[in-house]
Amino acid sequence: MWKQPAPANSSFNEFNTFPLPQTQRGQSSHAHHGPVGHTQQPLVTGTSVLGLKYEGGVMIAADNLASYGSLARFRDIQRLHPLGKHTLLGVAGDMSDFQWLKKELDALLREEDALALTDSHPSLSPKNIYELLSNLFYARRSKMNPVWNAVLVGGWDKVKQESFLAYVDLLGTTYTAPTLATGFGAHLAQPLLREAYEAKAGIDGNGPLLTKEEAEKVLEDCMKVLFYRDARSLNKYQIATITSEGVSISDSKSADTYWKFAEGLRGYGAQTQ
Amino acid sequence: MANINSVDISRLKNGEVNLGTSIMAVQFDGGVVIGADSRTTTGAYIANRVTDKLTHIHDRIYCCRSGSAADTQAVADVVHQHAQVYTSVYGAPPTVSTAAALFEKMCYDNKDQLSAGIIVAGWDKEAGGSVYNIPLGGGMFQQPWAIGGSGSTYVYGYCDATYREGWNEQETVEFVKNTLALAMSRDGSSGGCIRMCVITKDKVERHFIPGNELPRFWEGKEIIGSIGGNSSQVGVLA
Repeated sequence: MWKQPAPANSSFNEFNTFPLPQTQRGQSSHAHHGPVGHTQQPLVTGTSVLGLKYEGGVMIAADNLASYGSLARFRDIQRLHPLGKHTLLGVAGDMSDFQWLKKELDALLREEDALALTDSHPSLSPKNIYELLSNLFYARRSKMNPVWNAVLVGGWDKVKQESFLAYVDLLGTTYTAPTLATGFGAHLAQPLLREAYEAKAGIDGNGPLLTKEEAEKVLEDCMKVLFYRDARSLNKYQIATITSEGVSISDSKSADTYWKFAEGLRGYGAQTQ
Repeated sequence: MANINSVDISRLKNGEVNLGTSIMAVQFDGGVVIGADSRTTTGAYIANRVTDKLTHIHDRIYCCRSGSAADTQAVADVVHQHAQVYTSVYGAPPTVSTAAALFEKMCYDNKDQLSAGIIVAGWDKEAGGSVYNIPLGGGMFQQPWAIGGSGSTYVYGYCDATYREGWNEQETVEFVKNTLALAMSRDGSSGGCIRMCVITKDKVERHFIPGNELPRFWEGKEIIGSIGGNSSQVGVLA
C-alpha cells in the first residue's frame, strides 16, 4: 500500500503514465501558471490497522512498526491513539501526518474539556470525531494536499450506549462496518474477521457478537497472518479495547509463528540436496 | 513524452517476483558457510515465506540468489547444466572459480535484461573454500566473505566490525547467523527463516533456524499500554 519513496526529482510517476506536479523552484513568485499542488509522498509509514466490534465494545489492533520504504526503521511506535475517554484512533500511512493529527486533535479535545468546565455541553462523541476527520481529510484532498493516512475510529457512544467503528482515509473515503481493516489487512485479515463475526452474528448481523476472548483470538490470528505475508509488518503489536468503562491499550504482544514444516524444503524445482 | 521503448532494469517489472533478500557466504579454513533468509516478495506481499535461496550447482558448489526470482533461477539452471556436462566431459567436478566464471559470463553478457545478484561459494581441491560475489552488472569479485541482497546494506558495518580471519566452522556459522538475523530484522524484503549450508571436503551440511528462534538484538523500547486514555500527551512519540 505504501510504496518505496519516489526519486526526489522525477518528472513522471513510476510507470511513466502521467507527469508529476512540480513545485515552483526558484522561479518568480508572482507567476502562477496553474493550480499549485503539494500532493506529497508518504515517507515514514505504518501498515495495516484492524478493527472489530465485539460484545460490549470495539477492539482495534496495529503493530509497532514505522517503515521507511522497505526499511523497518522505528520498531517501537504506538499507532493507537486514545482521544478522551471513549474514542481511539488506529492510524496507518505517513507517521508525520499522524503526529500532526495527534497534536491537533489533542489540542482540540483539551479546548473542549476547558470549555466544558464553564458550561454543560456534552463531550465529543466518537461519531463527532469521525465526522470531523471525514471533513478534514476530504477538504485536504480537495486542495491536493492530503493527510496521507488511513484511520480507523473506534469508540463507545455514551448517549446511544453502543459501540462505534468507522474508516476514513487520505481520499476522504469513509465507511463503517462491524469489521474493518486498512492496507494489507483489507485483503488478508478482513475475510478472517468477517468469518468470525458472521459465525455468531449471522450474515445479517442480528445474532450475538463475539466475546472479548474470541475477539482477541481472531485479532491475534490476523496479526500472525499479516506478519507472515506483509513485508512491511512487525511481530510486535498492541490491541486497544474501548468499552463503556473506557479506553485501554495493551502492552506489546507477539504472535506465535510456525516455521518447522519448512526445514525439509529444498530448491525451487527439481533440486533435492 | 515518456519513453516507452526502454525498461528501467533497476526496478523489477510490474508483478515480478523479487528475492528481496539477505544472502552471504564466508570462507573458513576447510570450506565455506553460506546462508540466506527465506522471503520472496511481490511488492510488499510475501509470496513465499519459506524459500530456499541456497541453490545446488554441484556436489560442493552452491550459489545464493538475490534479485529477480525468475532471472536467478534461469541462470542457475543453465550453470547447473554446464556443471553436469563439465563433469561428464572432464571426469572431475568443476572448481568453484570455474562455476563462478560460468555465472559471470551469463550475468555479464545479459546484463541489460537481468536483475540478478549472485554469490557463488563452495569447496574444491585446488583452493579449498572460496567465495565469489557477482553483483548486478556481471562483475566477479572474490572475497573472504561476501554479503548481498537488499538486506546486506544494513549489515556492512556489523560485518566490517566483526569479521576475523582464522575462524573455525562454528565461529563462521555464528557470524553468518547473526549477520542475517540483523539484516532480516531491518530489511522488509528479507525475513522468515535462516537457511545455511556448511560446505567442506567431506560434507554439505544444512542448517535451519525457524523464524521464531532467530537471534534477537535491540528491538526498540518496551511499549507499555495504558488504561483510561490520555488526551494530553502531545509531542510524545510513543
